[in-house]
Amino acid sequence: MPSEAAELVFDEATKRYPDREDAAVDRLSLTVPAGEICVLVGPSGGGKTTALKLVNRLIPLSSGDIRIDGVSILEHDLTELRRSIGYVIQQVGLFPHYTVEGNIGVVPRLYGESRSWIKARSAELLELVGLDQSYARRFPAQLSGGERQRVGLARALAANPPLMLMDEPFGAIDPIVRARLQDEFLRLHRDVRKTVVFVTHDVDEAIKIGDRIAILREGGVLAQYDTPARILEHPVDDFVADFVGRDRALKALALRTLDELELAPAGAAEDGLPRLPAETSLRDALALLVAERKDALVVTDADGTPRGTVTREDLLG
Amino acid sequence: MSRLAAGPIIPSFSQGSSCERNNGWFCTDWLHQHWGDTLQPALVQHVELTVIAVGVGFGISFLLALAGFRFRLFDLPIGVFADLLYTIPSLALFQLLVPLTGLTVTTVEVALISYTLFILYRNIVAGLRAVPDEVLESARGMGLTRLQTFIRVELPLAVPALMAGLRIATVSTVSIATVAAFVIPEGLGEPIFTGLQEDLFKTEILAAGLLAVALALGADLLLVLLARALTPWSRLT
Repeated sequence: MPSEAAELVFDEATKRYPDREDAAVDRLSLTVPAGEICVLVGPSGGGKTTALKLVNRLIPLSSGDIRIDGVSILEHDLTELRRSIGYVIQQVGLFPHYTVEGNIGVVPRLYGESRSWIKARSAELLELVGLDQSYARRFPAQLSGGERQRVGLARALAANPPLMLMDEPFGAIDPIVRARLQDEFLRLHRDVRKTVVFVTHDVDEAIKIGDRIAILREGGVLAQYDTPARILEHPVDDFVADFVGRDRALKALALRTLDELELAPAGAAEDGLPRLPAETSLRDALALLVAERKDALVVTDADGTPRGTVTREDLLG
Repeated sequence: MSRLAAGPIIPSFSQGSSCERNNGWFCTDWLHQHWGDTLQPALVQHVELTVIAVGVGFGISFLLALAGFRFRLFDLPIGVFADLLYTIPSLALFQLLVPLTGLTVTTVEVALISYTLFILYRNIVAGLRAVPDEVLESARGMGLTRLQTFIRVELPLAVPALMAGLRIATVSTVSIATVAAFVIPEGLGEPIFTGLQEDLFKTEILAAGLLAVALALGADLLLVLLARALTPWSRLT
């Protein structure tokens, strides 16, 4: 079975449909380093989902190539290729007639794993995605939307694939549960470093989830491929600037935390200033200063010990 | 049909209990006397006629459904053919078949099977088609082959629709099979026809009729229980 994270390379990958003049994906070239999360984002018609499905050949390439650890997807046997790639979709697509454990076991069974192996793996993955062991015997119809997507994630991870494709996995889930699933997904990703391609139409989700973001514009053309901070701070053109939004400066602040700043020594003047732990984002810190009408705040350790102070100007860089 | 006139004469009004002599509604003593020689054999024959018709009908429908599901081109002609068969009244269909297959059980079964095709074919195809797109996409994305997808996903998910079809086909076959007595002296239709001929002997007509109803209900219940056992996942919401 597959294991370590793989490097993914799009090399002039192109998808054209015979009945359409514009390409769906137009000479897309980008490299996702092993173990990183690459988010494909853009307006509808930008070809993000098409680009994702080119990887596991649910949609065949028209021209160009896609390589996983240097090997072209065209050289792999089709079913082998798909089994070695975790696939998560918005509507989840759990098998309604299989229990949660049965669903998690679909790909391992294709690899010929034993029943006991699948049982143990399912228990391990339920824990990883934050579901109680009692869920193993349940059917999908007995789960909430958020629980189904956790099972969908567990199922995609079951055979330990080096690469995961996730097509708007949290798109159909209410905002509160979505935020929690995003947090848990990031925590999970720190544990099981996989290479992930993640499609979303939500730029905030892209900024939160992505190590790198690829912004696609209509016609499937790559507008910019960069880290979230660089896209927010240095959008290459008006299209990207518009797409990430007028509040991109604020969004950029949300990516940084107080402990990245140089602190002035805490002095006598700290009395009456608001106090915040060092892992607070600059955006939240700024929001607090605005709300309390203050110009500076005290940065503390997790236990409340003061480390130093920062001013509003420090926050804004 | 000529053989009806030559049938055994039951009951003889000159003998038997006062209830029988007065053609009462439900003569229990007649039931006691004739359960073994009339009603029970008719019931067993009726079960046989039904099981063969539904079993063979299911087999044929299943193969046709595979063709209609895999190759959409076949779906319309197969469906229209089954529709046409279903619209022919049973007595007319028997008449059409007698010159070909005679006054035999084959004639009866061909007719009964024809009627199951419409119900079973439509239900099996509908069940196979009703598998949600996202389930098929995830199956494909996980690397199931076309055959694995059919056997592990499409077929099991079609079972509720398939069982619903079997229930309708079974109940209607139990009902239509009473008409088989026009052709052969078998099934619960036989005591009903005899009773009709013998000056409307009510007990015999009523008893056979009730047995047919009970058989239909019993078979339906059995299929409901079987469906529940096969698809524990489908009753959850």
